Amino acid sequence: MKKITAIIRPDKLEDVKQALEEVNCSGMTVMEVKGRGRQLGVTESYRGSDYRIDLLPKTRLEIIVNNESLDKIVDTIVATAQTGDIGDGKIFVSPVEEVIRIRTGEKGEKAV
Amino acid sequence: MVDAVLNSGDTAWMLISTALVMIMTVPGVALFYGGMVSKKNVLNTIFLSLIAFSITSVIWVVYGYPLAFGSDILGGLIGNPANLVMNGVDVNALSTLAPTIPELVYVAFQMTFAAITVALISGAIVGRMKFSAWLAFVPIWITLVYVPIAHWVWGGGWLYQLGALDFAGGTVVHLNCGMAALALVLLLGARKDKRLLPHQLGYSVLGAAFLWFGWFGFNAGSALTAGGLAGSAFLVTNTAAAAAMISWMMMDVIKIGKPTLLGAISGAVAGLVVITPAAGFVTVWASIVLGFTTSIISYLAVAWLKPKLGYDDALDAFGIHGVSGAWGAICTGIFAAPFINPLGTGVLYGNLGQLGVQLIDIAAVGAYSFIMTLIIGYAIKKTIGLRVDEKEEIEGLDTTQHEESGYRV
Repeated sequence: MKKITAIIRPDKLEDVKQALEEVNCSGMTVMEVKGRGRQLGVTESYRGSDYRIDLLPKTRLEIIVNNESLDKIVDTIVATAQTGDIGDGKIFVSPVEEVIRIRTGEKGEKAV
Repeated sequence: MVDAVLNSGDTAWMLISTALVMIMTVPGVALFYGGMVSKKNVLNTIFLSLIAFSITSVIWVVYGYPLAFGSDILGGLIGNPANLVMNGVDVNALSTLAPTIPELVYVAFQMTFAAITVALISGAIVGRMKFSAWLAFVPIWITLVYVPIAHWVWGGGWLYQLGALDFAGGTVVHLNCGMAALALVLLLGARKDKRLLPHQLGYSVLGAAFLWFGWFGFNAGSALTAGGLAGSAFLVTNTAAAAAMISWMMMDVIKIGKPTLLGAISGAVAGLVVITPAAGFVTVWASIVLGFTTSIISYLAVAWLKPKLGYDDALDAFGIHGVSGAWGAICTGIFAAPFINPLGTGVLYGNLGQLGVQLIDIAAVGAYSFIMTLIIGYAIKKTIGLRVDEKEEIEGLDTTQHEESGYRV
């Protein structure tokens, strides 16, 4: 089992959600976060002075998947969240030791 | 001179104007400033205006009004402090300065002007001044700065006798608050984070809308009658604000390439300020000139002079109110048209001397306000202390000064 952490553009969330649903991946946790990478920020101007806003709003998705669906889901996120410009975000994949469904107490792949 | 007979139309208009000017401070200035500060200082910023209004209201009826508008004593310096707490003012007595309305209506009208003047100063000092220091500053400043200046220019004092033209407060209100703001920030020093990053620009837009709306009472109400002069003042007020919004937007496009909403509302306020001393004296075409030019001047003060000199006038109380107020006072001396108001003739209509009188008015009000505010601020600094601790400034003034917060996640 793997955890996919994807940091994407907030305006891409709806597209990614829909595309993931089409590949039968409906579960996810979504967080509104701030961060920066190579994009480094944007400029805003107030009363004639420019300020660099260096932490940008991003959306962070957490998705727990079975090993066999990992590639398909990662590919779907990349394909949908990509614009080709700096600031598209990143995806991290990490192993998950155990998953437990609280409602039934099921463990492991069944609980994903 | 008008006959001293009560006119119910004038009285009704002045009661409404008074309420309109009140709305400029609460919530106009409070929201205008509140939206521009950071999340952690929003309540403190709003509170500065609210408490300024209340403190001034009480002082005004206890002793402020008679000192400012009582019969002249000490050779034009101050009014006679009779009728303290309005004792002895007959309910039906008419005002000497506005002989068709009751004196108590005039008291209330003038009270709202005193209140907004001190509230406007708060824009410069947000984000770092102790609330206790502000509570001490407001009553002392109203007593020692606003009251004498109001007397000099409006209450029959020496500038009034000299013939200074200030229809609704270009010098008494705006130059005065701007110079006081500058003096206070010099004593306070700069904030750790000087950036102007509005946390909720929507509040500021609402605040500017309340200001614009209320300003009709401020300027057209300053006619003190409900007639042609009030109508003329009303129209030039709106025209100047509109022209100034357009020219500020133009300056934004020239300097940063894009029009900004904060710029647009800042321009509108600058336009309202510049027309304030001139409203009852100038023609409609002159109001377009005043509005259009004032945004250019205030823009340079805010976007060029302030960063160059480094003073931390946080929300530009000096840059907008001080600078546009002074420019409005100068323009009044140039554009005042005797066919609009026989009391004022400017340079364009053959009265060269008026410009000199206006410059004396500007110099006297500006210098007195600046120096007295420095003295008052210094005294508070040495006793209560003006500025919060660095730790409190970083944590924010809402929690450290008031133990409450504007937003709960």
